[in-house]
Amino acid sequence: MNELATAAPTAVVVLGLVGAWLLVGGLGLLRPNAVGWVARVLFPLGALIGLGVAAAGVAALLPAFAPQRLVLPLGLPDLPFHVRLDALSGFFLALLGSAGAGISIFSAGYFRAGEGTAPGLLCLQYHVFLASMAMVMLADDAYLFMVAWETMALSSYFLVTTQHRLPEIRRAGFLYLLMAHVGALGILLCFGVLHGGSWEMTFDAMRASTLAPFWMSVAFLLALFGFGTKAGLVPLHVWLPEAHPAAPSPVSAMMSGLMLKTAVYGLLRVSLDMLPGGPWWWGLLTLALGLGTALYGVIFATVQTDMKRLLAYSSIENIGLIVAGIGLALVFRSFELRVLAALALTAVLIHAFNHALFKSLLFLATGSVMHATGERSLGKLGGLIRRMPWVAAFALIGSLAIAGLPPLNGFVSEWLLLQTFLQTPRIPHAFLNMIVPLGAAVISLAAALAGYVMVKFYGVIFLGKHRESSLAAARDASWLERIGLAWLALGCVLVGAFPQVALDVAGRVTQALVGATVQRGPSPWWMAPVAANQASYSGLWYWVGLLLATGATYLLVRAFYRGRTRRTAQWDCGYPWQTPRMQDSAEGFGQPIRHLFGPVFKIEREVPLPTDAAPKYRIQIEDRFWAACYQPLGRLLQRITERMAVLQGGRLAVYLLYSFLTLIFLLVCVL
Amino acid sequence: MTATVYFWQIGACACAIALAPLFAGWVAQCRAILQNRSAPPLWQPYRMLRKLFRKEATLAEDASWLFRGAPYVVFAAMVLAAAIIPSLTTQLPAARVADAIALVGLFATARVFMALAAMDIGTAFGSLGARREMMIGFLTEPALLMVLFNAFLMAGTTALPAIVQNTLAQSHLVLHPSLAFAAVAFVMVLLAENARLPIDNPSTHLELTMIHEAMVLEYSARHLALIEWASWLKLFNYACIGFTLFAPWGIATHGVSAGGIALAVLALVAKLALAGAALALFETGSAKLRLFRAPEFLTMAFLLAVLGLLVHLLLKA
Repeated sequence: MNELATAAPTAVVVLGLVGAWLLVGGLGLLRPNAVGWVARVLFPLGALIGLGVAAAGVAALLPAFAPQRLVLPLGLPDLPFHVRLDALSGFFLALLGSAGAGISIFSAGYFRAGEGTAPGLLCLQYHVFLASMAMVMLADDAYLFMVAWETMALSSYFLVTTQHRLPEIRRAGFLYLLMAHVGALGILLCFGVLHGGSWEMTFDAMRASTLAPFWMSVAFLLALFGFGTKAGLVPLHVWLPEAHPAAPSPVSAMMSGLMLKTAVYGLLRVSLDMLPGGPWWWGLLTLALGLGTALYGVIFATVQTDMKRLLAYSSIENIGLIVAGIGLALVFRSFELRVLAALALTAVLIHAFNHALFKSLLFLATGSVMHATGERSLGKLGGLIRRMPWVAAFALIGSLAIAGLPPLNGFVSEWLLLQTFLQTPRIPHAFLNMIVPLGAAVISLAAALAGYVMVKFYGVIFLGKHRESSLAAARDASWLERIGLAWLALGCVLVGAFPQVALDVAGRVTQALVGATVQRGPSPWWMAPVAANQASYSGLWYWVGLLLATGATYLLVRAFYRGRTRRTAQWDCGYPWQTPRMQDSAEGFGQPIRHLFGPVFKIEREVPLPTDAAPKYRIQIEDRFWAACYQPLGRLLQRITERMAVLQGGRLAVYLLYSFLTLIFLLVCVL
Repeated sequence: MTATVYFWQIGACACAIALAPLFAGWVAQCRAILQNRSAPPLWQPYRMLRKLFRKEATLAEDASWLFRGAPYVVFAAMVLAAAIIPSLTTQLPAARVADAIALVGLFATARVFMALAAMDIGTAFGSLGARREMMIGFLTEPALLMVLFNAFLMAGTTALPAIVQNTLAQSHLVLHPSLAFAAVAFVMVLLAENARLPIDNPSTHLELTMIHEAMVLEYSARHLALIEWASWLKLFNYACIGFTLFAPWGIATHGVSAGGIALAVLALVAKLALAGAALALFETGSAKLRLFRAPEFLTMAFLLAVLGLLVHLLLKA
């Protein structure tokens, strides 16, 4: 082990930290019902380990770092685990560790006894989940990758079904497990194609194997299917809006903020690292899927009435943007435009990091709201900015960031993505250089709709009057929860203020993947990734300008304003009988979108008659993909299994005959 | 050299802040003349500001810090936007901080804060206005970006000063078909974004049809003054974006001399006078659309801009 430690010190450190996560999880079982022990000791420890993982990830991103490999004496005989730490793993480990640390600190204040699974067991599942995600990013052979991938799916399944006494949560968990395995099958088959007949399961061997173009495309499509299922690409997204809301909020934050990124990591690893190059239609397909997913996700997010479902659909949108960026990178790479591929990848990586920050932040904020009010339906919230000022302030940062508003971090990745689209007319292909720039129209539409979603999310939860009288008793989050939220909000602000640093960091990864980096430009203050005189943006100066202008306005008005300020009743055009029910409900706020994009939704509506004594209005919006894809598939499966059931006659003699025939068949095969 | 550049940067900002109410007054005057009403004086907006800054401010009882802070943020966003747009000179240090995409982001920031503030009191009209404003907003923002994309692709840059220099460097006047499409789309976006007819009526008193006005119903005195000023600045900024993209003549480019700036101010005033009169004429001639016809109007703007993009990519024109 000593020589290993000298050969790959950072990788050994990361493995040690992963082991420490497992240990912390195991310690939870010592006193499974002691909330104080689990929440006040173990979860903060987990957060510290997360910081360590992030630091190790950052170390792997330093310019002097060379990829480190290890062969672990674990696994099956003759099939040991291979581990590799390179820039791509380092970037995603930094993401996992830093966002995970915030979530863990929040969890320390969040988990209580008496909510489903015992805290100690929950602690084990939670840390196994974190550790398995880290191992996915470290794996250097298909065997370890699949073991870690399945551990991740299983541990998160148990976390989703924390409240396993509720039937709808069990159902959501089952759907999640099913889709996770369908996706894992795709990945497994992809690796099966990639080894190219050599039966070597290390990624190095897969990189070295030469595949026919047809099999390369098969491998790519399988990877897109497998990782797309995990990421929630339309039409493989149906599990996401069910599973994410079912889980406790910190787990939703981990699934949305971190676990979806393992799918992004996997897709990058296979399509850009292990497959040396491909035809342009790979990129175009990925781009189209990504754009479709982004638009579909955001349109559905606008009409949700459950705050966690809304965020889940918003995750689908963000994954769509990320996948669209990967598609652009693939298109550029197929034409050997390496710098442009690096630009697209930079946007992808920064957006993945940003999404981990703000989506975790918002999911955690919904957790605080749920604990304070017991409600997660938007129709029963409102006015919480006065009861929960801290959560409201952090959630405002998260909402503005996810809406892509400058000078926060969401804008940086959106800006980079749009800059990439502006370069697409340089593609030397008569058809592509015409059609791809139009993707920018979809991106800008999705971004504008994201603003709509976030005004709805924030406005309905935190602004206005309390829609239920019980909300007046809501209490703000505990200080541990506040630290977790503040950590993530700080990340949003910092990435927004120093995008050029993020550009440099992402450059280390793009150098490894496509052999080019995006320069930040001549000045340390702005980032000018395309060319200094063509496009530049400075987050820091933007902050300074905005704060200066706002402050100066405030001071000037204060200096010259002569009138007093008086608190009175609201005016509302002199209409005196205002009740909280006259505000927009969540359904009401989404109504214009429902009207405009009507054909996209499957709407069931019950409208009361004028004569009804007790009028009731009900509207239910469903995904069309359920009825169009999944239900027929389910029925087909049912029919086939019913036919197969003939085999199960229930007679012992017949079963013995089956075994006998199988034995004969196998013997014939072997001989 | 650098000191003068920063001086003119601040000067351009101050010029925008000072001229914006005048421009709004001019549009109102033209409208009144065209509609056979006796016109308010040109400086009516300044009088209104003075009045509002003297009055006692009333705040609803449950107004939060967001409600009180939003007018300042909205006003600051519009001032920053004025700092980025090369209305007088292309030597703008601020334009390096934020390019045209960030400019769209600034407008979006202002809109989001306005909508959030409108929802804060929890009145029926407030949330109604916020919802409508966001609906108009999500339709105009992509359309505006597509208009800008036309200019970006033509000039190969997203920096507004460079776009102006690129246009002015051309020795003879070229009419680009793609820019013509973009110009029409831009005018449609301008009308919708600035709450003008046919999308919204700036002088309406009928609450049920309001969009922008419904959001600011709860504001009074200094807050209302800032919001009104910000919306005049927004109209001014939009007009200036139009000039930079489609009629940049007169903007000082090479070096900044006092003479060049004086000429630029004159050109700007002349262009504003023309644009204001045209806006008033258009508004007089059109009727307000039903709310759910507005998306059709804006989808058309979006499609026109995309069409311009296609024309550019297909014909390289």
